[in-house]
Amino acid sequence: MKAPQFAYARPASVAEAIALLAEHEDRARVLAGGQSLVPMLNFRVAAPQVLVDINRIPGLSGIEVANDHVRISALTRHTEIEHSVDIARHLPLIARAMPHVAHPAIRNRGTFGGSCALADPAAELPACALALGATFVVAGKKGERRVPAQEFFKGLYATALAPGELLVAAEFPLPKPGDASAFGELARRHGDYAIVGIAAHCAVREGKFSDLRAVFFGVGDRPVRSAKFELALEGRTAAAIAGALDALDLAPRADLYSSAATKLHLARVLAGRVLRQLFA
Amino acid sequence: MSAAADTLEISLTLNGERVKRAVPARLNLADFLRHEMELTGTHVGCEHGVCGACTVRVDGEIARSCLMFAAQADGCTVDTIEGMSDSRELEELQSAFVLYNALQCGFCTPGMLMAAQALLRDEPDPSRERIREYLSGNYCRCTGYQSIVDAVEAVAKARKGRSK
Amino acid sequence: MSGFDETTRTLNFDAPNSYIGRSVTRPQARRLAQGRSHYVDDMVLPRMLHVAYVRSPHAHAKIVAIESKKAAAMPGVVRIAAGADIAMVCKPYVGVLTHLAGMRSPPQYPLAMDVARWQGEPVVAVVAASRAEAEDAAEMVDVIYEELPAALDAERALDPAEPKIHKEFDSNLCFRRVVDTGGVDAAMKDAHLVVEDTIHFGRHTGVTLEPRAILADYSRADESMTVYHCGQSPHMMQGIIASRLSLDEHRVRIIARDVGGSFGIKIHTYGDEMAACALSLMLGRPVKFAADRYESFVSDIHARDHRVRAKLAVDREGNMLALEIDDLTGVGPYSMFPRSSGVECNQVLNLTGGPYKHKEYRATGTVVFQNKNLMCQYRAVGHPIAIAVAEHMVDQAAAKLGIDPLEMRKKNVVPDDAYPYKSPSGMRFEALSHQQCLAKLFEIMQYDELRREQSELRKKGVHRGIGLSCFIEVTNPSPMFYGVGGARIAAQDGCTIKLDANGSIVAATGVTEQGQGTETIMAQIAATAVGVEMSCVKVLTGDTDKVPYGGGTWASRAAGIGGEAVLQAGLALKRNILEIGAVILKTSASELDIVDGKVVKKGTEQGITLAELARICYYRGNELPVDFQPELIVTRHYRVKDYPFVFCNGVQGCLLEVDADTGFVKLLKMWCVDDCGRVINPKLVDEQVRGGIVQGIGGALYEQCLYDERGQMLNATMADYLVPMAAEMPDIETAHVQTPTKTSMLGAKGAGEAGTGGAPAAIMNAVNDALRPLGAKVTQQPITPEVVLKSLGRV
Repeated sequence: MKAPQFAYARPASVAEAIALLAEHEDRARVLAGGQSLVPMLNFRVAAPQVLVDINRIPGLSGIEVANDHVRISALTRHTEIEHSVDIARHLPLIARAMPHVAHPAIRNRGTFGGSCALADPAAELPACALALGATFVVAGKKGERRVPAQEFFKGLYATALAPGELLVAAEFPLPKPGDASAFGELARRHGDYAIVGIAAHCAVREGKFSDLRAVFFGVGDRPVRSAKFELALEGRTAAAIAGALDALDLAPRADLYSSAATKLHLARVLAGRVLRQLFA
Repeated sequence: MSAAADTLEISLTLNGERVKRAVPARLNLADFLRHEMELTGTHVGCEHGVCGACTVRVDGEIARSCLMFAAQADGCTVDTIEGMSDSRELEELQSAFVLYNALQCGFCTPGMLMAAQALLRDEPDPSRERIREYLSGNYCRCTGYQSIVDAVEAVAKARKGRSK
Repeated sequence: MSGFDETTRTLNFDAPNSYIGRSVTRPQARRLAQGRSHYVDDMVLPRMLHVAYVRSPHAHAKIVAIESKKAAAMPGVVRIAAGADIAMVCKPYVGVLTHLAGMRSPPQYPLAMDVARWQGEPVVAVVAASRAEAEDAAEMVDVIYEELPAALDAERALDPAEPKIHKEFDSNLCFRRVVDTGGVDAAMKDAHLVVEDTIHFGRHTGVTLEPRAILADYSRADESMTVYHCGQSPHMMQGIIASRLSLDEHRVRIIARDVGGSFGIKIHTYGDEMAACALSLMLGRPVKFAADRYESFVSDIHARDHRVRAKLAVDREGNMLALEIDDLTGVGPYSMFPRSSGVECNQVLNLTGGPYKHKEYRATGTVVFQNKNLMCQYRAVGHPIAIAVAEHMVDQAAAKLGIDPLEMRKKNVVPDDAYPYKSPSGMRFEALSHQQCLAKLFEIMQYDELRREQSELRKKGVHRGIGLSCFIEVTNPSPMFYGVGGARIAAQDGCTIKLDANGSIVAATGVTEQGQGTETIMAQIAATAVGVEMSCVKVLTGDTDKVPYGGGTWASRAAGIGGEAVLQAGLALKRNILEIGAVILKTSASELDIVDGKVVKKGTEQGITLAELARICYYRGNELPVDFQPELIVTRHYRVKDYPFVFCNGVQGCLLEVDADTGFVKLLKMWCVDDCGRVINPKLVDEQVRGGIVQGIGGALYEQCLYDERGQMLNATMADYLVPMAAEMPDIETAHVQTPTKTSMLGAKGAGEAGTGGAPAAIMNAVNDALRPLGAKVTQQPITPEVVLKSLGRV
């Protein structure tokens, strides 16, 4: 399984990268961590003619705590996020998710932006971004634009990134007092893509759910929420979780090992177990 | 290096030596090490980053060499099993692996040692469960993993004992 | 004192300098730990070429046309060859054993000829200067297929309406066999209880970390071929390559150096490997083929795809009276050459219920062709199925009668003093130790405590399961396994041992090393036999030019058969050395011994070192009497004569927890008491058991080759096919019982496969033990969360 031939470019700036993407159009792909893209090349299921390696672009990596948000730049490696004190303090949901992302060697190279731009439906970070109401910062020929997470994930490996655009960062609102988050996933083996996972965030007001975002991953073509389920819990206490599970109306897709019915069942079980953590 | 090219000149520090080569863009780091540099201790088991046999150290951190292109290693420091053996950096772990029979066919072993070394650098006193978790990105078909856990645990305990 | 008694012709294995029974570390482990290994893909030869294959994307399709002009013009391409081209230099092969009466299979060619018969079958070979260039060109080869209906369901394989894979046969039947003691129906009719079940075993595969690889180097100048091959049976391959490529066998040399795991996968005849050899012949240049992981999944042999219906009759007290099984297995479109795809089913028929005392047995085995990848021998061939079926039925009967599973087994195993014993399926057991092993397992598991704990935890809604399996294992096979059926696979083995000029011992053996420690234990035996330190012993394996003609390593034969040859050769060399010593020291050989590399007068330290003795023999022969010729090199062979196989036995225990809400099974701990006869290296046996058990866990919980309704393998990647990884595996406690076999002086049986054979049974029994109070039962493997949830009615 050797990669097909391609030309390799290593731009030194975002502007150069954008220019290369414009020049080569759909014949080019962005190489960030490569942990998902390179297997595709090795399997020859992707055959870009040009790889634009953005790994050396300065200013595209890092975690910044600002007044009202935490900014994770796209090239930040998973491992940096995993060990970041700022993430642990301000975005504990992500801190809890990181140990589930593949394995240490993969996390050393894989990037936050790469994971979000690829949008694997069983991936942890897109679900966390959705649960935390992040805003993605996208760079293109016409400059930067901002896309809220709920508009970013469009389908199976499909995002709001237009051809020629580069994801440069995501901004996560700083949690307010009383905010809580919880994370869990079910996988056959540690580090596997989840069979089913949940990234949840809510405000807790007087021991009751408020503004719950329960994002499920591994169950559809993108991270999904169930409005019916969230509504059933709005203003209720933890005691309402068990009863609300029937309202969880995901329409999961079967995968190699789990039927749609199994996925839905597991999603309900997981939700029942994990959401209690919001009140812990 | 902005224009796209099929062949690239790379320069890296490999096992402590400066190396300059011209490489095809698509040549992955594992194949570069094995065939261009004739360092065959890094093994290829899957070419999709799952088995861990190709694990090397790039700029001080373990990485799957089948998921990097040689071109990306330009300007990097790369350490393979050969270099880390010659420098004796892995000697303690290797001796433990031999003592506990933590290897049989040896194919997973270089990658496993890389991972074990990285674990003990960051977490000097891991539990058995933690060792298993950390090494769960390295496939071994022969040992069933227990002897590997025994070996890594023994090294951690020995180091702890010495640091008292 | 190495303690060889000339009169009784026995060796005192417990003598102080004996290495037998010592857990010495492996001399080659350090080299491997430093990455200084020699796997086939590490080898480079001058002007070496690489081959990549265009493989059939269809399960069954006529090959209408192959257009390869564009591909041939691509950079680096040297040759493109299709089935007919390779067939001009490589004869086809037929994977049939005559002693499996009625077995049939049509001739198979390395590359598909007119019809491709499984998804993944190699169709076109592309030879280029690099693997990448070969793959580039392979993409440009255009094969026009006409899809044919595929036979993909073993249950329907023999229906007249089902697509027939081979025109020349009247059906898709490959092999059928019935074993019948004649009294099953009567026993079942009168029995107090008959339990029945149908168990499905998922097809899975070996997933060796080093994929298959071969480097063939044909020299036109002397019509010889050297083949670097990661196989287990170099002499067998020598014969196959020579006969298929019409080369003189003595001009074919097979060299197996380091092998990155095999487990039976690399012991078969693969078209892509044969074609690589043929291409080297055609081109007069070295040709390397290294399978990538995708190719491995679709073309390494699969195994263990069985549906077994079973019935067990017991009396009121729980004594087993009669066992009946009906085994259906769907193999590939061909029976694999040369070991045949019928042996796995044959083993199931031979071995199911083997540990037990019941008298009546009927077993029907049906092997059918399918348009899926070929199936053949993979570690513990057939045993995981045979053992799981019997152990499941024993537990089912025990549960219905309210008898504890351990008690049920104690009641029904063949007693330790009943040997020699013949099973109802005709298997002859020399001496096994089921009772002793069960007693030991009870102790090391702390069985009563586990049951008590299980009961307490059940009250809290925690579902622990305790599972047992009692197993027998085929080891040390005689020619009855393959040779008798016409296969040119050696059942004997030999060792040539010499004292070299510097006093070191070199032992060349026909058995091979894949990491289990063959070279180490041969060194232990040689050192013990001669009387030297192990560090003076060098063991040669794997090179047909250097070792006596042998069988290689498979069916757990290396220790018992290879080891005995080494022992006898070592003892014979020692006798020769003592004769020389007697001459030099002017005494009689019976007064002398060899201790720590020195020929000494018994009970003293006076004598001459082997180094000095060798120097005299090799350089200063003038110091010896004119009528005396020292011979410092000796060859001995060994084969098993008294029994078709030397069986070993053991028991396994499994403790796990079932999450009834998610269906997840968490393995907490496993145990194995193994009786492999005389243990040469306890640590290496333990590690074979552990590694084998984890492989069995794979089949029981995780691994399956999934095919869709079009015969496409759906999970041919390491991400989608689930192999056991470290985090989910339990610690495994081992213990040994030793019942040496009297078929050899060494007394060693095999140990390599027992873990894999017995583990799936223990796990399935444990899961069902956990589920029983919930009214659920699983009867299929792998036991995925969905399987558990379905059994509970949760989905």
